Amino acid sequence: MKVLVPIKRVIDYNVKVRVKPDNSDVDLANVKMAINPFCEIAVEEAVRLKEAGTATEIIAVSIGNKSCQEQLRTALALGADRAIQIDTDENLDSLNIAKLLQKIVEEEQPQLVILGKQAIDSDNNQTGQMLAALTGMPQGTFASMVKVEGDKVNVTREVDDGLQTIALNLPAIVTTDLRLNEPRYASLPNIMKAKRKPLVVKPAADFGLDLAPRTKLVKVTPPATRQAGIVVETIEELVEKLKNEAKVIS
Amino acid sequence: MSILVFAEHDNSTLKAETLKTVAAAQAIGGDITLLVAGHDCQSVIDEASKVNGVSKVLAADNAVYAHQLAENVSLLVLELAGDYEHIIATALTTGKNFMPRVAALLDVTQISDIIAVESSDTFVRPIYAGNAIATVQSLDSKKVITVRATGFDAVATDGNAEIVTLDIATDASISAHVSDELTVSERPDLGAAGVVISGGRGMQNGDNFKLLEGIADKLGAAIGASRAAVDAGFVPNDMQVGQTGKIVAPDLYIAVGISGAIQHLAGMKDSKVIVAINKDPEAPIFQVADYGIVADLFDALPELESKL
Repeated sequence: MKVLVPIKRVIDYNVKVRVKPDNSDVDLANVKMAINPFCEIAVEEAVRLKEAGTATEIIAVSIGNKSCQEQLRTALALGADRAIQIDTDENLDSLNIAKLLQKIVEEEQPQLVILGKQAIDSDNNQTGQMLAALTGMPQGTFASMVKVEGDKVNVTREVDDGLQTIALNLPAIVTTDLRLNEPRYASLPNIMKAKRKPLVVKPAADFGLDLAPRTKLVKVTPPATRQAGIVVETIEELVEKLKNEAKVIS
Repeated sequence: MSILVFAEHDNSTLKAETLKTVAAAQAIGGDITLLVAGHDCQSVIDEASKVNGVSKVLAADNAVYAHQLAENVSLLVLELAGDYEHIIATALTTGKNFMPRVAALLDVTQISDIIAVESSDTFVRPIYAGNAIATVQSLDSKKVITVRATGFDAVATDGNAEIVTLDIATDASISAHVSDELTVSERPDLGAAGVVISGGRGMQNGDNFKLLEGIADKLGAAIGASRAAVDAGFVPNDMQVGQTGKIVAPDLYIAVGISGAIQHLAGMKDSKVIVAINKDPEAPIFQVADYGIVADLFDALPELESKL
């Protein structure tokens, strides 16, 4: 079966972001960018399904300007077969992202779409669910295990109180949690090979969708800073401070 | 304005976070209706009717909502959505799962994980693992919102709302529940506990988490963990505190053998008092800790337990 993996280019997870002095947004100029960690897990899961003989073709798709081709090449180096870049300079809301992905789903007819559960920049945790709604497909979010069995996929989900397993009719949408797998590193030969794999660019405007903004970013501010406290020497002193100074224990 | 709030529950009790989500709805202002969707959940419906600030409880008690599958619950909310300007759920795993589906069905986007309300269309939410705070205005006609419970104070439970039974069963028939593997614990719920004690990679193995138990018992605390401890298999994932795990803001958070990575801090830095026990004086956790002690946790924990 065909597997579609949408991926996002985001700030590297180790970078501490800075808010712009004019509070218009965070400053992403000259910041290290990478494939969103949850998307990397999605690519890995697709590649494993292919290695297991379940998946036949893996298509990576990303929405953004030319720079996101770098992350698509990474996905190709990790094992995706071909890539699609939906070209736009706009910073689109999740619903508009989901609408563009729906068009790709219509074109490609994948049996399974695997997305990350959230992007570590916007922290929205929406796109997979929205794509599921728009395509009418069932969803297995926050997946820590995915098993394709015939015309169904069993997804074990990380929920508040533990794990929940559900069975979804295919085609279906899965969003990945951190425990799903451990992504591999791309080897140098695979990185070289990835350069020759097909990457198609489609302008977002060509899909005929109304992609008008759904939200307006009013301002972005740094979080309230916490002052470093004191270092105590003994456990006795710690307990005394918690009881008498912070008054959080009795 | 009318606001529909989705009640989080496990078919037997209403989750404490729902009381905080109702507080967020009150901050928006308007007539608040609480929706209970579940199966054999009369006790939840009764509890919901006592939540302050709620004028009406809609009770959808049907087998199709037993496990709150996103496909079925989103269709239910879609049926009801016409009467409400705001549709709100708690940013717990159930709400996070079905609410974006509701939003897309309504052709609106969602505002996730709000921590404050500026006005009926403008909300405050953390981005970049809490390293920036965004104020976002929704331009959509309907507002679909999830609420980070730690941002709001719980409302009281001495109200008396009217209960309206919904005779409705929206079954998408494209998904089915197979099984649950739930963690059973006598301790308070992580998200609602007044005191949380968490262990990280420094705990070295799962058995050593027992060192936290005696302290947790004495403090009535919940036990949490860092991603490193979960990934290493020391403890189950539902104990994870952080950007991708649970967000907590207890009165007292004790971080033991946790370095304090950005992703962990995202889940606990709004705690009132933070204590760090770590043998590395350079660990980033000390930059946010009110009280730190540089010590080997294997010495410090038994001593702490004996001193409490």
